[in-house]
Amino acid sequence: MSEKVLMKGNEALAEAAIMAGCRHYFGYPITPQTEVAAYMSKRMPKIDGVFLQAESELAAINMVIGVASTGKRVMTSSSSPGISLKSEGISYLAGCDLPALIVNVQRGGPGLGGIQPSQSDYFHATRGAGHGDSHMIVLAPASVQEMVDLVFKGFDLAEKYRMTSMILSDGTMGQMMEPVSLEIGEINEYDKSWALTGTKCEREPRIVNSLCLQPEELERQNFARFERYKVVEEKEPMYEQYRMDDAEVCIVAFGVASRISKNAIDLAREQGIKAGMIRPITLWPFPKKALSAAAGRAKAFVSVELSMGQMIEDIELAIRCSRPVLLCNRVGGIIPTVEEVLAKIVEASKVGGAE
Amino acid sequence: MHKRVSIFAGHYGSGKTNIAINYALMLKSEGKRTEIADLDIVNPYFRTKDSEQVLKAHGIRLISSEFASSNVDLPSLPAEAYSVIDDKSCYAVLDVGGDDRGALALGRYIPAIAEENDYEMFFVINMYRPLTRDAESTVEIMREIEQAAHMRFTSVINNSNLGDQTTADDILSSLDYAQSVGRMAGIPVKYTSVLEKFADKLDIDNILPIRIYVNQSWQREK
Repeated sequence: MSEKVLMKGNEALAEAAIMAGCRHYFGYPITPQTEVAAYMSKRMPKIDGVFLQAESELAAINMVIGVASTGKRVMTSSSSPGISLKSEGISYLAGCDLPALIVNVQRGGPGLGGIQPSQSDYFHATRGAGHGDSHMIVLAPASVQEMVDLVFKGFDLAEKYRMTSMILSDGTMGQMMEPVSLEIGEINEYDKSWALTGTKCEREPRIVNSLCLQPEELERQNFARFERYKVVEEKEPMYEQYRMDDAEVCIVAFGVASRISKNAIDLAREQGIKAGMIRPITLWPFPKKALSAAAGRAKAFVSVELSMGQMIEDIELAIRCSRPVLLCNRVGGIIPTVEEVLAKIVEASKVGGAE
Repeated sequence: MHKRVSIFAGHYGSGKTNIAINYALMLKSEGKRTEIADLDIVNPYFRTKDSEQVLKAHGIRLISSEFASSNVDLPSLPAEAYSVIDDKSCYAVLDVGGDDRGALALGRYIPAIAEENDYEMFFVINMYRPLTRDAESTVEIMREIEQAAHMRFTSVINNSNLGDQTTADDILSSLDYAQSVGRMAGIPVKYTSVLEKFADKLDIDNILPIRIYVNQSWQREK
């Protein structure tokens, strides 16, 4: 099916997962991601898949660990407070080196917070949710179409590197409706000689486990895992550049914030300010090289976030603090307006100063 | 002529809320005292409440849960909703939540509406929504809603669209689908709702020209 349909972001995530071969979904309801579960509950029974509403987030993530250990594509979704609950399981997934796809449709926090959109789980997602040294591949869609594309990408990267992929969405992205083309993405076959598929008494048993009581062995596992992460950081950063050719003010924004920013950049250009944007599509790995290169021309950076200044730290690190980085943010469920972003661009165009 | 009570229900995301707002504005423009009640208990995002300013400016009373479009996710119904059904001097527009779950909320108002028997219940459909791509699946959802609401639809509104990428061809391609839904359900297609810019260009019977009253800042400016 290549013709277009009108979908909510949350529905697109669910349908794309099914198209990508996911037949196991475990979840627990929470606003604003409930449509993912609702959609799965309607579709999975019709295609011999499993939709299971678990008794809690903890149960759901442990069911994900179970299916992931058999090498099958599996998914869960939640919103911020629910992802906190799933964090223990996310750490276990990392300890077991299992591929899985987790969706976080963020809402305002901390605590129960609110139900309106937010990006304040940036640190939680990009620093490896849960305890221990680990990372997730974190993908940030900025349109409903990109949700579809990144679900395919998320499953692919998860299997390629035996890691958890997270789609970091937000309440607005999940709820907005846009036309999408449901074209099937790339599905690659990777080695799954680790998967628990039953020995049938024909081979040695395999073990998937995150417990390791020998310090030397546990250290070896950690170093080996981070060698893999290094490859991901080298090969997999994704980003989009918008009007960056001659940009002197570089906005960095992802998800819904990047859409507002595009409108603000167009207005700034009309005023003669050379503004542009680097939109990270992968938040981990962060597109450090692209930002570092942009610092050669740009006088100043602006981090547009629905959080209290989280991604701004990664921008400063990526450019080694060689340029001023301004923060343009709203929180609590409020999205910055085009005017607010434009005002910050104007301010940034002045602080950069002449060299 | 218009019935006193107009109920808008349908599949999740079919465009019920926007149609209900446009319909209320149309009634008002014909000089009728009009009130609109938001009975959506399913979705705390994108509510009638978002159009409060437009409705207020046109003198249409909006009755909605005090929690709508707030940070409180409570499936609550406005206490005053009964008043629009009881007050027979006004035209009542009821915006019902999506699918059978949303339609459950309608049940409690049905006895009074049925007794008065001056109502129209519109089934809003959009062929471009993934779970209502063909007439069969659309009618399946329609029956689920009727069961939950304890009420039968009386007509169909074809609101088939692809958001701001809709073309005239997209609308024309949906006409057969809408007729099939009507035939299978045994009710007429009363309106084809199209954006005002298409209304003059399309040769379709019973066009309901509509506007989008709430623009979102993340959409591209035209």
